[in-house]
Amino acid sequence: MIPVLPIILPLLFMVVLIFTRRWLAFQQYFSLLATVVLTLVSVILLLDVQQNGIATLQMGSWPAPYGISLVVDMLSAIMLVTVSFIAIVIMIYSPGFIDKGRQSAGYYPISFGLLMGVNGAFITGDIFNLYVWYEVMLTSSFVLIALGGSAEQLRGSIKYVTINFVASIFFVAGIGILYGLTGTLNMADLAFKIRAAGHIPHMNGALMLFFIAFSVKAGLFPFFFWLPASYHTPPIPITALFAGTLTKVGIYTMFRFYSLFIVENALFWKSFILIIAGLTMTIGVLMAASQFDIRKILSFHIISQVGYMVMGLGLFTVGGISGAIYFMVHNMLSKTNTFLAGGLVYQRSGSYDLKKLGGLYKASPLLALLFFVPAMSLAGIPPLPGFFGKFFLIKGGFEAGDYLITAVAILVGLFTLFSMVKIWNEAYWKKEPEEIKKGKLSRRAIAATGLLAIAVVLLGLFAGPVSELTVEAARQVVLPELYINAVLGL
Amino acid sequence: MLFLFAILIGVLYGAAVYLLLRRNIFKLVLGLIFLGHATNLLLFVAGGLTRGFPSFLRDIPGEVEKMADPLPQALILTAIVISLGVTAFALVLVYRFYSVTKTVDLDELSENE
Repeated sequence: MIPVLPIILPLLFMVVLIFTRRWLAFQQYFSLLATVVLTLVSVILLLDVQQNGIATLQMGSWPAPYGISLVVDMLSAIMLVTVSFIAIVIMIYSPGFIDKGRQSAGYYPISFGLLMGVNGAFITGDIFNLYVWYEVMLTSSFVLIALGGSAEQLRGSIKYVTINFVASIFFVAGIGILYGLTGTLNMADLAFKIRAAGHIPHMNGALMLFFIAFSVKAGLFPFFFWLPASYHTPPIPITALFAGTLTKVGIYTMFRFYSLFIVENALFWKSFILIIAGLTMTIGVLMAASQFDIRKILSFHIISQVGYMVMGLGLFTVGGISGAIYFMVHNMLSKTNTFLAGGLVYQRSGSYDLKKLGGLYKASPLLALLFFVPAMSLAGIPPLPGFFGKFFLIKGGFEAGDYLITAVAILVGLFTLFSMVKIWNEAYWKKEPEEIKKGKLSRRAIAATGLLAIAVVLLGLFAGPVSELTVEAARQVVLPELYINAVLGL
Repeated sequence: MLFLFAILIGVLYGAAVYLLLRRNIFKLVLGLIFLGHATNLLLFVAGGLTRGFPSFLRDIPGEVEKMADPLPQALILTAIVISLGVTAFALVLVYRFYSVTKTVDLDELSENE
């Protein structure tokens, strides 16, 4: 019963919130409470999976290949917990940053629509159902990114909607071809049939369509240009929510598909994905270094970090995948945290432009600390989680013997430090410009950012126990038989 | 039959890509619509074309084996609804963009950044 709750609950919350749209105070507290409930459910699921292995549920009691299966393995459970925790933080943070018009226009209910789509994508075991959850997630994100309708936002939205729709089309076309080749849509059954058949003609075509679809969503090279062109336009809590969740759904799906469907031509896919990973991290970090808007630096940065996760996938060893999953959790927390801290900078000084900022360290050491923790974590300074994430990945790279990509990962780490230090120097250390605005900081926003920063530090301090979970998740990814048997009941 | 469908889908994809590359954002939306239709047809063809045996049971012996596969049709139905929703949203978005900026040109759109 529990596996369906992360989908059903957001739907219920959304319905309640739609009917209470005018009562802002109620909306704020209810959504906070709702995200806490969601997190508790996800944690219960995580503990369940840890004790009893992969949890499955056949919807409507139709047996596996015919009905829609819901599957929660360790990877899904970890992602569910992380996403719902980020949602709590965003809900605490939002009231000060989303204006009343946007709030009563449906910011809260649509956010739960987004969460429903994201959770659905993590849980479903049916490939077409996955497409439907993607659309639930994307349609909600379309509304959120255009909500308010300023000219800048509309510009970003048109690009965002177009590219995401095209990517979805690639996804559906891939599903159609895969169904034509195998005659099934259940992911475990597909994996089973692909393994049983040995060689299926045209399989690589379908897989390449999927790869393009997910690399657009995840922001991989060469499909990432939409991301920095649209992510900086909506109010910062929405950007932070997108940065923390959406691209990672693309990565999650890539992990799932790679593990289940790639049997033939494994060597080609491995080197292909490693090359894409290397290019993604390098180009992302170089473009980040050339920007002067905090939100744009951070947006380009998402791309560079996504490269690391895909690198772990390309290695496809327990060490590499486990490092990538740990890195993904770290990145979701730290990245959201830097965006939220960027929002605080804006509230204090009225600008995101590094050239117009300065002196924030002197003006507000607390604000500086709230940025310093996640930024240094992204840059990979011990004992913060970014260090362990990169350490696990690089260790995995050496163990797998892929030295080139590992060297690239180490170099990119240096540049990451550079772009974080750039924000730090310009916004916090430089002398305060004379005409700077002195805004008052929202207490709730500080609390939310602080909560997330504490979570980042804890993730670093408890890297050992957390990595036990990610190793288990990685084991389930590397051995797809576990997933197949759990769903088909073999 | 398959050959005709292949040509039709190809033409639709071609038209869609052409329209997506136009500067006018209204044509962009038309491109999205074509893209959606082309893909729905692709789903239809990929599921296998069956003539004369619709996908519901009529209690005629031996028909079940020859019957058209109902699943791709269900998938297409879902995909049509989704692309309808996205198209409606895109139209409103384009209209809002036009009423805010008084232009439908993508190039002017990027100049302002």
